[in-house]
Amino acid sequence: MIMEKFLGLLANGLAVGGVYACVALGFTLIFKATRVFNFAVGNFVCIGAFLIWTFVAQFHLPMALSVALGVLGGGLLGLLCDRLFVRPMLGQDILSIIIMTLVLSFFLNGLAMFIWGSVPAVYPEYLPRGSLGLGGATVGTDIVFCFIAALVLAGLIAFYFEKAKGSLAMRATAEDHQVAQAAGIRVKNISTLVWSVAGGVCATGGLLLGTIRGVDMYLPEFGLKVVPAVLIGGLESIPGAVAGGLIIGVLERLASGYINPIVGGGIETCFAYIVMIIFITFKPHGLFGLRKIERL
Amino acid sequence: MLPCGVYNRNYGEDMSVLRTRSHWGMLIAFLVLLATIPLFAGYQWENFITLVCFFVINAVGLNILLGYTGQVALGQAAFMAVGAYTSGILTAKLGLSFIVTLPLAGLVAGAAGIIFGLPSVRVKGFYLALVTLGAQFIIIYIIEHLEITGGTDGMTCPFASIGGLTFDTPTKIYWLVMAVTIILVFLAMNLMRTRIGRAFIAVRDNDIAAEVLGVNISHYKLLAFFIGCFYSGIAGALWAHYTTSLHPSQFPLHNSIMYLGIIVVGGMGTMFGPIAGAIVMRGLDELVMIIFPKLAAAFPSMGANMAPALGPMAFGLVFILFLIFEPRGIAHGWRRLKSSVEHWPFSY
Repeated sequence: MIMEKFLGLLANGLAVGGVYACVALGFTLIFKATRVFNFAVGNFVCIGAFLIWTFVAQFHLPMALSVALGVLGGGLLGLLCDRLFVRPMLGQDILSIIIMTLVLSFFLNGLAMFIWGSVPAVYPEYLPRGSLGLGGATVGTDIVFCFIAALVLAGLIAFYFEKAKGSLAMRATAEDHQVAQAAGIRVKNISTLVWSVAGGVCATGGLLLGTIRGVDMYLPEFGLKVVPAVLIGGLESIPGAVAGGLIIGVLERLASGYINPIVGGGIETCFAYIVMIIFITFKPHGLFGLRKIERL
Repeated sequence: MLPCGVYNRNYGEDMSVLRTRSHWGMLIAFLVLLATIPLFAGYQWENFITLVCFFVINAVGLNILLGYTGQVALGQAAFMAVGAYTSGILTAKLGLSFIVTLPLAGLVAGAAGIIFGLPSVRVKGFYLALVTLGAQFIIIYIIEHLEITGGTDGMTCPFASIGGLTFDTPTKIYWLVMAVTIILVFLAMNLMRTRIGRAFIAVRDNDIAAEVLGVNISHYKLLAFFIGCFYSGIAGALWAHYTTSLHPSQFPLHNSIMYLGIIVVGGMGTMFGPIAGAIVMRGLDELVMIIFPKLAAAFPSMGANMAPALGPMAFGLVFILFLIFEPRGIAHGWRRLKSSVEHWPFSY
């Protein structure tokens, strides 16, 4: 019984963690390439999820086509945000850019509310119903599907950005914009590329999250939790983002299973941040991040 | 830039805020105007200015932290909640006088600020932003799950009363809030001209250089967190006795970002900035309230969604435009306007 509960929580945690990992990649990509912290990541997730919902539930398109359109839409949103809001800010200090993405989240939140309202939505069932036995615990097939999909996507992106030639250009851009430009790298193109890819990735994350827990206006807050995940993994590290996402997902589920009965519920809303603060205090570079020595 | 015929003869004159008789005259006229507004303006104006004052207190506190000391804080609304609940609980459950609970609310919020500011000794920039973001969620979670705060049901607290005087009408609340705001702005303005204020600015501009100069960085960073959160706590305490019913949802992340936006729009690191920013943003809010019914009438199909969405969209857009086109805010624009008027018709 105890084991079953643990396994059930673990499986659920891994599934949600897989989605976090996926969205965390979107965050890390932008950070790796341009040193911009995208606090609006949760809103990208939310808008992507709603876009896909609109295509499938309102326009009655087939699911696969809707997902493709939604991901494209997410990419377009990323592109627009880069062109309109982030590019004028490149080269300014960290503080202004942090405030910019925060304010962007403010704006996108309003936009999503304007278009879709605050009525929660669910996707029509597109996965076979049922559950799998997993060492005594039962897990819904939708959760298994989400986990696999998230990991496959994460693997693809990680593979591309570790191996592709563009990846080196991206790391150079992250190091120093001027030096990168001197080496013949188009910094602007790289910024646009990562923002579009991140937008698409976030939309996919939104689809998976929406499948697990429905599409509503709480998605931005939910998506914002990838920020702790990224930090725990180490800001610059792609494997770190995946690991951080999984860790946060699992810890959150375990906390909701074992701590909630003690404190009276709801710990999952802030547990990720508690873990994050502990990490920042004792190991600010995360599990796989670059260890930068700077004495304060 | 000093106007023609006004010059500094010693350090005191160089540092003084009010240097001429006309400055004093304008200040006194302004204070008299603020004090007498309830006598000739209607309830709407009174309420508007009261709400502006809450924003001003919060923004001035955040400005000390962010604009002067350079420490990012994304959890200001949560610290306001700490102050609000402290004062609310002390007056409602223990029956303490408001004159005692007001500073206590500030102190408790300041202490909470120090706790969450502790990582600032080790980390800065983005990491610190994350710690304070965590503070927002953790504090609200704690408030939602404590018994004494009423949890998600919220709690009621009485109107403020000092001695036999109860601040129970909008006009009385206006005078109370306005008096506290003026005192706090005065204190902040003077704080920035002391050793502490100069140390804050040194930490912001270059922390390593500041340390070499003998500024104890960790001490001043924590002090900045304490003062910034103290201001939020005071704003919270006033808020508690303004609404008289507290609920955790009154202090969302949304508001924390709003305070950041206010000092960006107003101008970071200036005293005039947060005040101007608060007035502009609050005015924008009122404007949205006025425009919304008209838009809803024009596009009836959109009506239901527009009410909660228009505000964030308008604010977001204004913040973004300021960040891109006038990152130094209204304060800088005002200075430029003033100098161009003073030098007219010459360009400099």
